[in-house]
Amino acid sequence: MSETETRAGTSAVTTEKASEDEKPLLRVEGLVKHFPIKKGLLQRQAGAVKAVDGIDFEVRRGETLGVVGESGCGKSTMGRLITRLLEPTGGRIEFDGTDITHLSTGGMRPLRRDVQMIFQDPYGSLNPRHTIGTIVSAPFRLQGVEPEGGVKKEVQRLLDLVGLSPEHYNRYPHEFSGGQRQRIGIARALALKPRMVVADEPVSALDVSIQAQVVNLMDDLQEELGLTYVIIAHDLSVVRHVSDRVAVMYLGKIVELADRDQLYTAPMHPYTKALMSAVPVPDPRRGAAKSERILLRGDVPSPISPPSGCRFHTRCWKATEICRTTEPPLLELRPGQSVACHHPENFEDQAPQDTVLLTAAKEAAELVSDEVLAESAETSAAVAAEVSKAEAAKETETTENTEDK
Amino acid sequence: MTDLSKTGAALGEPTRTGGTPSAFLDVRDLKVHFPTDDGLVKSVDGLSFQLEKGKTLGIVGESGSGKSVTSLAIMGLHRLGNRGKNVQMSGEIWLDGKELVSASPDEVRRLRGREMAMIFQDPLSAMHPYYTIGNQIVEAYRVHHKVDKKTARRRAVELLDRVGIPEPNKRVDSYPHEFSGGMRQRAMIAMALVNNPELLIADEPTTALDVTVQAQILDLIRDLQKEFGSAVVIITHDLGVVAEIADDILVMYGGRCVERGPVDDIFYEPQHPYTWGLLGSMPRIDREQTDRLIPVKGQPPSLINVPSGCAFNPRCPYADVPKGGITRTERPELREVGSRHFTACHLSSEDRTRIWNEEIAPKL
Repeated sequence: MSETETRAGTSAVTTEKASEDEKPLLRVEGLVKHFPIKKGLLQRQAGAVKAVDGIDFEVRRGETLGVVGESGCGKSTMGRLITRLLEPTGGRIEFDGTDITHLSTGGMRPLRRDVQMIFQDPYGSLNPRHTIGTIVSAPFRLQGVEPEGGVKKEVQRLLDLVGLSPEHYNRYPHEFSGGQRQRIGIARALALKPRMVVADEPVSALDVSIQAQVVNLMDDLQEELGLTYVIIAHDLSVVRHVSDRVAVMYLGKIVELADRDQLYTAPMHPYTKALMSAVPVPDPRRGAAKSERILLRGDVPSPISPPSGCRFHTRCWKATEICRTTEPPLLELRPGQSVACHHPENFEDQAPQDTVLLTAAKEAAELVSDEVLAESAETSAAVAAEVSKAEAAKETETTENTEDK
Repeated sequence: MTDLSKTGAALGEPTRTGGTPSAFLDVRDLKVHFPTDDGLVKSVDGLSFQLEKGKTLGIVGESGSGKSVTSLAIMGLHRLGNRGKNVQMSGEIWLDGKELVSASPDEVRRLRGREMAMIFQDPLSAMHPYYTIGNQIVEAYRVHHKVDKKTARRRAVELLDRVGIPEPNKRVDSYPHEFSGGMRQRAMIAMALVNNPELLIADEPTTALDVTVQAQILDLIRDLQKEFGSAVVIITHDLGVVAEIADDILVMYGGRCVERGPVDDIFYEPQHPYTWGLLGSMPRIDREQTDRLIPVKGQPPSLINVPSGCAFNPRCPYADVPKGGITRTERPELREVGSRHFTACHLSSEDRTRIWNEEIAPKL
């Protein structure tokens, strides 16, 4: 660590250029954020919402990391932690070799140039009483930067870059449509030539035709400016389109982190598989796809008291005793694909000694089609046992029926 | 209501009078216009479609294309509140042989909730926060049925159970805020179904939900439709949702229908450039895309100043293909291009087939 810390100066960066490229831009270790729940007159802490509960990942230079998960899984909190809009409860965040975990507001300020954020709501994130010129030039004012050719010229260049007319300089946010506002947010985020941009649901508030415009724009800007993106989204189709690597979160944990193509063609975590099967496919003839759909029972458990062991065990059709008692570590089982699961899909069983399904798992399996169960049985002795038991039961039933006749 | 029909005549559009319709739901040349300080907002401007019982129609389009106003007009809810004060509505809406546009508010009220019911996008604001879920379902039932509270409550519990709420006996006394988003949406479906309506309109029923919950809700709507045999109109901007659930699709743009047809035709042989645009701008989860998305350029039209001619012409890459600038001067009418498949486009069918086969389909 001491080695990385001494390398804060820019001169050092250039001399170590070669090894620099190998090093990730952002490294997160054991990141935790608990929001306290206070109760009573004395506001004693009665518990905590474990929004992010120990996650590790890296963001490589120039890549796009997609983060997906259902609402309440902690993906937005994670985004706010790595941009240090929130103070982490524990863990470590390292940006370009510098530990930024507990930097003060003042200490963070120089780094704000390098890390920027694009927000979901293009209505809430732009001050309605400021002109577009004021909004996009705010970063220059705050950082005391005087761009070449003056602020106004630079702002107009940025507006042009994101596909807006430079004449919009004196207009107010309400004069723009949702897609245009999102472009303004992007122009503001890019003003200081950041190295990493964290985008929290950048297109989910937009219509599909406009969404495509913004996705393409972000794509072009990445190529042009060599940006690194962390894109947080709940739309798995968008994430598939934009990401190089994808992290799947469930209840404050990363359950799977893999290269895009590997994740989408051969997901290893049962939750990833269920999540992807739930996305409606715009292809009416794919009737087969519907039978592959995995319906999950009930809702995501509360992050105040998450389930023990593997957090998905209460809804997983493969869960066994070990899932209830032991938390699976996030392991790189295949090159470029890490997963936290005792009984992964598309890979050999990590806990083959466990051959009995939990009761909850048996209930969950009722909602899972036979095709999916057969696939799961290949990688899990417990599911295989259950499937053969069900088949045996069916056979005896039919033989009984024939005997009756 | 009489002055409303006058408005229709004043708009100079001949209303087709084909007598009593055969379809269960038959909307003919529906127009809903809202006068505002900035001008007349033509939210729906001449929309026609039919829907049979047991079938599902998906209405897709961008925000502001008039899809929600259409559903409110069918339900007779466009008159409510401030914006309804001087709404101008014309055309015909036939539901099971009854005409709704000319019907009195009282007549529509008797039908609403009983023969036609609606599921809204945001169940938290569609439900009253002060009353329990059970109370609200009971109320909906007792408005249309003369039964005592006990029977109505039994009915509420039965319905909550049917839509998959665990422990319906206990949850019937919960308040909306005690439910999760998915459960609230289930409760709203229960409320909509309490009177066995024959027409169910779902306005973005899953937009606010996570995909896993969305899958549960779509599954539920499909099951319930099979069980009750109702006609379902599902309004959404998500083409994936309509591909899964709809039999027919109606694509709206600028308050008008640009294309309508069976679901397979719309996805595999779409005929309108706007439909091509929607398909091209959609990222896909089911296949690898190396190419960029093909967005529809420009912005959706203002409903006060709908572009003359074809409303889509300023954004259409093929606006100049038909000769003589007809796309800018003449509004295209819906023409039949296949069995039950209609499109409103000036492109000749040869041009459309050529463009689709050569330029659009290979990129999708």
